[in-house]
Amino acid sequence: MTLHSAKIGQPVSRIDGLAKVTGQARYAAEPHPAGMLYGFIVNSPIARGRIEAIRDEAARAVPGVVEIMTHLNRPHSALSEKSYVDGLGVPGSPYRPLHDAEISFNGQPVAVVLAETFEAAREAAMRLEVDYERWPHNADFEASLHQKYMPGKTRSNYVPPKSRGNAAEAYALSPIKIEGRYHLAPEHHNPMEMHATTVIAEDDGTFTVWDKTQGPQAVQAYLTSALSLSKDQVRVRNPYVGGAFGSGLRAQHNVFLAALGAKMLKHSVRITLTRQQMFTHVFRPEAVMDIALGAQPDGTLQSMIVDGVTDTSRFEHNMENLVIWGLINYKCPNATADYKVAPRDTYTSSDMRAPGAATGVNLFEMAVDEMAYACNMDPLAFRLHNYSDIDAMHDMPLTSKALKEAMQEGAERFGWYNRPMAPKSMRDGKELIGWGMATGIWDAMFSPTSARATLTADGRLHIATAASDIGTGTYTILAQTASEAFGIPIEMIDIELGDSTLPECPTEGGSWTAASAGAAVWLACQSLREKLFRTLGKSGNISAWLTEGLSNKTTVLQDGFLQDKGADENLRLSLSEALSLTGQDRLEVEETAKPGLRGTISQMRKARFTHSAVFCEVRVDEELGIVRVTRLVNAVAAGRIMNPKTAASQVRGAMVMATGMALHEESLMDERVGRFMNHNFSEYHIPAHADIPDMDVLFVTEKDKEVSPLGVKGVGEIGMCGTAAAIANAIFHATGQRHRSLPITPGD
Amino acid sequence: MRQFSYSRPDTLGTACHIPDHTRYLAGGTNLIDLMKSDVERPEHIVDLNALSLSQIEERPDGGLRLGALATNADTAAHPLVSERYPLLASAILAGASPQIRNRATNGGNLNQRTRCHYFYDPDMACNKRSPGTGCSAKGGRNRIMAILGTSDACIATFPSDMCVALAALNATVNLTGPEGERTVPLRNYHRLPEDTPWQDNILCAGEIVTSIDLPPLGFGPHHTYLKIRDRLSFAFAIVSVAVGLQMGNNTIRKACIAMGGVGTKPWCVPEAEALLAGKTPSPSLFRDAADCLLQGAVTDRDNAAKLKLAPRVIIRALSQAAAGTPQSQTQKTIF
Ligand SMILES: Cc1cc2nc3c(=O)[nH]c(=O)nc-3n(C[C@H](O)[C@H](O)[C@H](O)COP(=O)(O)OP(=O)(O)OC[C@H]3O[C@@H](n4cnc5c(N)ncnc54)[C@H](O)[C@@H]3O)c2cc1C
Ligand code: SF4
Repeated sequence: MTLHSAKIGQPVSRIDGLAKVTGQARYAAEPHPAGMLYGFIVNSPIARGRIEAIRDEAARAVPGVVEIMTHLNRPHSALSEKSYVDGLGVPGSPYRPLHDAEISFNGQPVAVVLAETFEAAREAAMRLEVDYERWPHNADFEASLHQKYMPGKTRSNYVPPKSRGNAAEAYALSPIKIEGRYHLAPEHHNPMEMHATTVIAEDDGTFTVWDKTQGPQAVQAYLTSALSLSKDQVRVRNPYVGGAFGSGLRAQHNVFLAALGAKMLKHSVRITLTRQQMFTHVFRPEAVMDIALGAQPDGTLQSMIVDGVTDTSRFEHNMENLVIWGLINYKCPNATADYKVAPRDTYTSSDMRAPGAATGVNLFEMAVDEMAYACNMDPLAFRLHNYSDIDAMHDMPLTSKALKEAMQEGAERFGWYNRPMAPKSMRDGKELIGWGMATGIWDAMFSPTSARATLTADGRLHIATAASDIGTGTYTILAQTASEAFGIPIEMIDIELGDSTLPECPTEGGSWTAASAGAAVWLACQSLREKLFRTLGKSGNISAWLTEGLSNKTTVLQDGFLQDKGADENLRLSLSEALSLTGQDRLEVEETAKPGLRGTISQMRKARFTHSAVFCEVRVDEELGIVRVTRLVNAVAAGRIMNPKTAASQVRGAMVMATGMALHEESLMDERVGRFMNHNFSEYHIPAHADIPDMDVLFVTEKDKEVSPLGVKGVGEIGMCGTAAAIANAIFHATGQRHRSLPITPGD
Repeated sequence: MRQFSYSRPDTLGTACHIPDHTRYLAGGTNLIDLMKSDVERPEHIVDLNALSLSQIEERPDGGLRLGALATNADTAAHPLVSERYPLLASAILAGASPQIRNRATNGGNLNQRTRCHYFYDPDMACNKRSPGTGCSAKGGRNRIMAILGTSDACIATFPSDMCVALAALNATVNLTGPEGERTVPLRNYHRLPEDTPWQDNILCAGEIVTSIDLPPLGFGPHHTYLKIRDRLSFAFAIVSVAVGLQMGNNTIRKACIAMGGVGTKPWCVPEAEALLAGKTPSPSLFRDAADCLLQGAVTDRDNAAKLKLAPRVIIRALSQAAAGTPQSQTQKTIF
C-alpha cells in the first residue's frame, strides 16, 4: 500500500482517536508510580473567616492515613504573593493554597489528607473537624454591584473600550430607542475530565507532574516559583486533556497541593477533584449589561451605549472583554462603553470558552434584535444595513471579514428569506415556531510558538512542541501540517505534545493554537527538508540523478520519498535511505513562528477577528413555555480551515455549550453561604442529546494572508458567540416575549 | 464514603434481621451516590441482590406483581407492563437515563431520597439528613423544592417519576419485616415531612419492600405521563402529572391523578379525582381539577414557577388522557 501525504484542509480523522477509545491515552490521574499516596482535599464550608482549630484525631485514626497537611504543618512555599502569579496574569493577590488560617472563599482548601488509598483519604477528609470563626461576607452579585470598580492594573489581554462621537446626545436625539438590562448567570466549565494531578517523585529528587492543564510550561513556571524549586526540578506533562474550556488556563489548587504534598513527604502523590469539588474553583462570571441603542427610522444605528459588569473575587481582579464587541462590529457614529468588575467573597471567576465575548456578544446581539424590531426591520437586513468593514471601535482595517458572505450563505442554507417578520406568526399545533439569528465575533489570535522537527534513522518524522491538545484535534492538524510541509504520509509522523521540556508554546487558549503551533510546525518541517537536501548535497556518495536533481532544484520530497520531478518513478529514495546517505542518524531543526513571518506583520496595523452568522429555529409550547431548538445553522468565516472535520466538531461543541447557556446552564449561588449549590451533573444541567438538533456548520471561503502565517484563524470559541442570542431571538420570534436574562428556563 | 461491613443474605428472614445503622443495597444508583457524598453513612450494607425478588407476574385478581428487585428498565419493557399499564411504563421511561434504569430497581425507586441540593451537601444544615439542624432550602436556592405538603422543617420533593404513576394506578406495596408481612397502599407509603422529615416513608427498621401490586385497572389509551423538566431528557421533574381515566360515552367514569415534582410525596387529592368523575371533559372542568389539586400550595424564594406551570400541565395532561393521546417519551412535542 502506498501511503500519501495529507494536506492541510482535508477532513482527516483524529490520529489520537484510537488511543483514546482504547484507553491507551494517559490522562493526568492515570500514571501510577510505586508507593503513590492519594490526596483528598477538605474544603471550607464558609465564605469568609478564619480557621480556629483543626481536630484531626478521628481522621488520623482511619487506617492508611499518612499525613494531614494544613496551613500549620505544610512545608515551606514561597512567601511573596508575586510568586503565585500564574501565566494568566490576573491582577491582584493570587490565592495561596494552605497559606494561613484565613478563609476568603467557600470551598477553599483547608487541608489535604494523604493516604495509602483513595478511600482512606476520602474517609479521613470526611472525619476531619475544623472550627471556624465566621466573618461577614457578601456573595450576592446584585449586592456587589454598588461596589463595582475598574482595577488599577488591568489584565494584559484587556482591550479598553474606546468611545466615538457623542453617544449620550445621539441617543437622546434618536427617534427610535431601546434600553434594557441584560443578564447572564454564572456557569461552570465542567469538562468531562475532572482536574487532577499526579506528582511523581523521581529517584533523583525531581518531580514529574502530570497535570490537567492547558499549559504545561505555565504550570512548570508556577510550581517552580510558588514552591521555590529550580526549573530542572519540575517537568510538567499533559499529553492528553479531557476537555478544559479554559478551566485549565490557570494552575488550579490541585496541582499546587499535590506538589506540596510530594515535597512534604518525598513521595509520589495524586489528587483528583470530585465533580462536586469542580464547583469550588473557576467559573464563568455572572454578568449584567445595560445596553441602550438609538437609531433612525430607516434602521441606521445612531448610538450605542454599553455598560457592563462581571464579578470577581475580593482578592483578584478578573476582567473580561465584555462590552467592546458591538462597538467593533457595527458601524455607528456614536458609541461608548464602560466596564467594571464587582467583588464578591467567592473564588475568582475566570476565562471560560470565548471569555467576554460569549457573554458580551450574545447579550449585545439580543439587544440588536430588539432594535431591529423597534425599527420594524428584518434582523438580518438590519445587521447588513449597519455592517462595518473595519474595526469600527479602533477605526482600523481588518485582515479579513467575510461576515457578509457568512450571513448570506447561512441565510440561504437555513431558508431565512421566507421568514415572516411578525412574532407569533408561525405555529404547528400547540407549538409556536420562531426563527432567530445573530452574528458572532471572536479574536483571531497568534502567539509566537516554537516547534522541533526531527528525522530519525527509521525514516520517521518527529514533531515536538509544548502545545496542549485539549480535545480539539491539535495532534491531527499538526500531523496534517507536517505531512504537507515535509512531504511525508501521516502514518510516518509522530507528534509529541504536552510536555514542559518541549519547544516553547504558549498555554492553549483563545483558539490560537491552530494558527500558532501550525505555523511553527510548518516552518520547522520546511526547514528540516531544506536541511536534508543541503546535507545530502554535501555528502559525496549519492546517485547521479539525485546530485543533478538537488543542484537543479528538481528533487522533491513527496509521500515520504525523494524523487525527481518528471523523472523515472523508480529512481526514488526513502527517507531512511536518504538519512543514511548523509552519514547522520538524525537530522533536527527547531524553529519559532513569529507574527512577522513571511511579510505578515499586520498585527499592529490591522485588527483580526473570526466571524459567524447563526440561524436558529425553535418550537415553543405556547402554554407550557417549553422550548425545543429544532434547527441550528452556523456559517463561520475563520480564514483557512485546516481540517473541516475537527473544525466543525469544535463549532458544533461550542453550539451545544451555547445552547446550554441559552436554556440550561446556571450555577446557583446561595449567597447566604457563598457556595454554588447545584454542584453536580444531576442538578447543573448541560444539554442532553434530546436538547440538541442536527446542527449545520458551514465554513465560508475567507482567504487571509495576513492574519497568521498559514492564513488560519482558529475555531475553538466562535461557536459560542451568537448561538445563545440566536436562540433567545428565535424564542422572541416564536412567542413575542423578550427574555433578557439567560438561561431561559421553564416557567420564565 | 466511610468504612462499612457488607453481607449478602439469600433469605428474606436473614435480611430482615439487621443491626442499627444498616442500609439495604439494591441497584445502588442512589445509595452509593449518597455515601460518596457522605450523606448516607451506613455501618452495614445488606445487599438484597441474592434474594429472588425480580419477578414480574400476573395476579389471580387480574392485576400484576412487580418484584422489588426487577430493574426499572425490565419493568418498563415487560410486555405485561407496556401493554396493560402503559402509564407506568411511560413514567419509568420519563425518568433518569437508560444506563441508570438498567441498574435502578423498583424497590430502590420507591425508597430513593430527595434531590434537595442542601440534603446532598453535608456542609449545609438539613433536617432530613441531620435532624434538628434546620432547613437550608428555606429561603435558599429552592427552585426545585416542593410547593405542596411542605412543613416548617422541610420543603423537599420526593423525586420519583415511577411512584407518581404507581400512585395514580393505586398500587400497593408489599413489605416483609421482623414482625412479618404487611401491605400498604402506595398513596400512604410516603410520608409528609411534618416535624420528622428524616422519615421519608413508613418503612420500619428491618422491613424490606418485596413487591408492588398493580390492581387490574390499567386505563388503556386514556392515560398520560406528562413531565416538565429543565431539559428535554435526564432531569428530575419540575412538574409532572400522571393521569388515568376510565372513559365511556365521552364521560369520565373514573379519574386517577397524581403529581410529581411539586409535592413532598407523590401528590394525590381524592377530591380532585371525585370532581372529575361523571363529567364531560372540558377545559373549565380541568381547570377546576387543577385548582383542587393545587389547593394549599405554598411557594418559597425561587419556586413560584412551579405554581405557574402546574395548572397548565395538569390541564394539558387531562386533555391528553381524555383524548386518548398519551404523551410520548421519545417525541418531545407535547400534544
Ligand atoms: C443522575 C440521576 C438521574 C436520575 N433521574 C431520575 C428521574 O428523572 N426520575 C426518577 O424517578 N428517578 C431518577 N433517578 C433516581 C433513580 O430512579 C434511583 O436512583 C433508583 O430508582 C434507585 O434504585 P436502586 O435500585 O439503584 O436503589 P439503591 O440506590 O440501591 O437504594 C436506594 C434506597 O432504597 C433502599 N432500598 C432499595 N431497595 C429496597 C427494598 N427492596 N426494600 C427496602 N429498601 C430498599 C436502599 O436502602 C436505599 O436507601 C436518577 C438517578 C440519578 C443518579
Ligand atoms: S428541604 Fe428538607 S431536605 Fe432540603 S434542606 Fe430542608 S430539610 Fe433538608
